[in-house]
Amino acid sequence: MISKYVIIGGGVASTGCIEGIRKVDPSGGITLITAEPYLTYCRPLISYLLEGKTTLEKMLYRPESFYEKNGVRVMLATKSERIDPERKTVMLSDGTSIGYEKLLCATGSVPFVPPFEGLDTVKSKFSFLTLDDALELERAITPESRVFIVGAGLIGLKCAEGIHGRVGSITVCDLAPQVLASILDSDSANIVEETLQSHGINLILGDTVAKFEENVAILQSGASVEFDVLVLAVGVRPNVALVRDAGGKIGRGIIVDDTMLTSLPDVYAAGDCTESFDITSSSSRVLAILPNAYMQGECAGINMAEGYSSYANAVPMNSVGFFGLHIATAGTYTGELHEIRTLGCLKKLYVNEGRLVGFIIIGDTTRAGIYTSLIRNKTPLDEIDFELIKNYPSLMAFSGNSRLKMLGGVV
Amino acid sequence: MKRVYVNEKWCLGCRLCEYNCAFANSGEKDMVKALKGKKIYPRIRVDEHDGITFAVSCRHCEDPICVKSCIAGALSKEGDGMVKLDRTKCVGCLTCVLVCPYGAVVQDERGAALKCELCLTNTAGYPACVKGCPNAAIVYEERD
Ligand SMILES: Cc1cc2nc3c(=O)[nH]c(=O)nc-3n(C[C@H](O)[C@H](O)[C@H](O)COP(=O)(O)OP(=O)(O)OC[C@H]3O[C@@H](n4cnc5c(N)ncnc54)[C@H](O)[C@@H]3O)c2cc1C
Repeated sequence: MISKYVIIGGGVASTGCIEGIRKVDPSGGITLITAEPYLTYCRPLISYLLEGKTTLEKMLYRPESFYEKNGVRVMLATKSERIDPERKTVMLSDGTSIGYEKLLCATGSVPFVPPFEGLDTVKSKFSFLTLDDALELERAITPESRVFIVGAGLIGLKCAEGIHGRVGSITVCDLAPQVLASILDSDSANIVEETLQSHGINLILGDTVAKFEENVAILQSGASVEFDVLVLAVGVRPNVALVRDAGGKIGRGIIVDDTMLTSLPDVYAAGDCTESFDITSSSSRVLAILPNAYMQGECAGINMAEGYSSYANAVPMNSVGFFGLHIATAGTYTGELHEIRTLGCLKKLYVNEGRLVGFIIIGDTTRAGIYTSLIRNKTPLDEIDFELIKNYPSLMAFSGNSRLKMLGGVV
Repeated sequence: MKRVYVNEKWCLGCRLCEYNCAFANSGEKDMVKALKGKKIYPRIRVDEHDGITFAVSCRHCEDPICVKSCIAGALSKEGDGMVKLDRTKCVGCLTCVLVCPYGAVVQDERGAALKCELCLTNTAGYPACVKGCPNAAIVYEERD
């Protein structure tokens, strides 16, 4: 079998790719091979599903008709075992293989599980990355369950919020002395910690598991936690295996250029499995966030169909809430700090070499996109009235002429 | 496509657009009943500073970053060019607010996203902000 375009991995990056291809090539055959048994769903919504804020139908990323409409042949519950870049084929778990002209590797992340001593003695343990993980966790919990979550990053805390109210108790531990260490500083994390604790979530910070003995975790400090259900949310790693084994270059993730091409001819990569060049820190980082997966996928698709697109302004950013408390972050936290505290809101803006490079906002995140856009566009702050919008973002900060373009033209 | 454009030279800052927007999207027939004594959540917002006033609503961008960033697949750009929000899919993460360069996505009473749909998805049928602007500072037309 042969398909002009083959996509491995049915996450959001694959949807970006399909939509990108179809912008240029209305009819070339597309085959999507994905290990999960579901059409692309909104991975970040698995905690909302447990919370009852969405349903299996609503969390589909695109309507079911999307695939037929776009001429995509979907192979669910099928794993790609190997890429042969010379023969331009992909070997599948069902023993067949498929030839491609252009290939996208969009294999996402895999959970990182540290080699905890005694982990094999724990009976009820879960990751929290896939819909099946969430559904299995849901089956395992009861209103009495004592749930122990290792990892106070975005995934661990979202899991806690998702099962809150459906279990007896929730304890979250993290080796870092604060929650959300990859996106918040200790100051801002404090506010989030207070909110979590006020909702009855136990936090154990600056400490982690030394070993497990069935349903007891012995921590490095010597303390112990008894639990019925364990969730491992320590972190994720880019799933680079296919491209690595085919001889492609790997750094922190799969290395791609601005067109999303890997070091292998006609093999592109997008999403969590890649590393991106973060323009705010001028360094290569893994940006495991959904907007990045979509935009990389779309860029790859356009280029695979021989259009031209370049994605060269990746910025780390997150918008997430816990129990109604909102957090918006972007960029890097270096340079001169401008801090604004108002009732119920903490805002930190970081300015480096005359440009906004990052921010943390806890509380009211209204119009935060105006800041994000200053970062993405590397707008020199002396061209706008920055002072005016430190408190409250507004297009007022721009010159009348720039505003005329934004509000009086097609953008 | 036809879009809503504002001309700040003619904007009086009267905020009638905000009220007309909230009314048009309230589903009520009577303006007093729709708005009196209630906090309103208009999808167009007037900014005011130093004698300058202007209104901002969704630009229905050609290449909308909010659509690409939505973690719930709730935002889409329709064939007619309109950027549309499926409020039944939105979970209120506010990633759209984090990325919109114009600050044009606002929040509803639940804290979830809310945005201008040109009054094409409510019963008004024609942008209420435009219709009610006393100084023709907001127009609905085709531009390039
Ligand atoms: C609980 C949770 C909350 C999150 N919240 C947010 C948030 O609020 N905001 C945000 O921006 N991001 C969030 N994220 C991250 C976001 O979900 C990811 O960045 C995004 O889904 C990445 O998309 P992707 O297409 O690169 O990969 P994935 O969605 O991981 O998809 C990869 C797919 O490839 C398949 N696959 C892997 N290997 C193979 C193979 N060999 N053969 C066939 N198929 C294969 C996998 O089964 C999977 O279906 C969250 C993630 C989680 C888990």
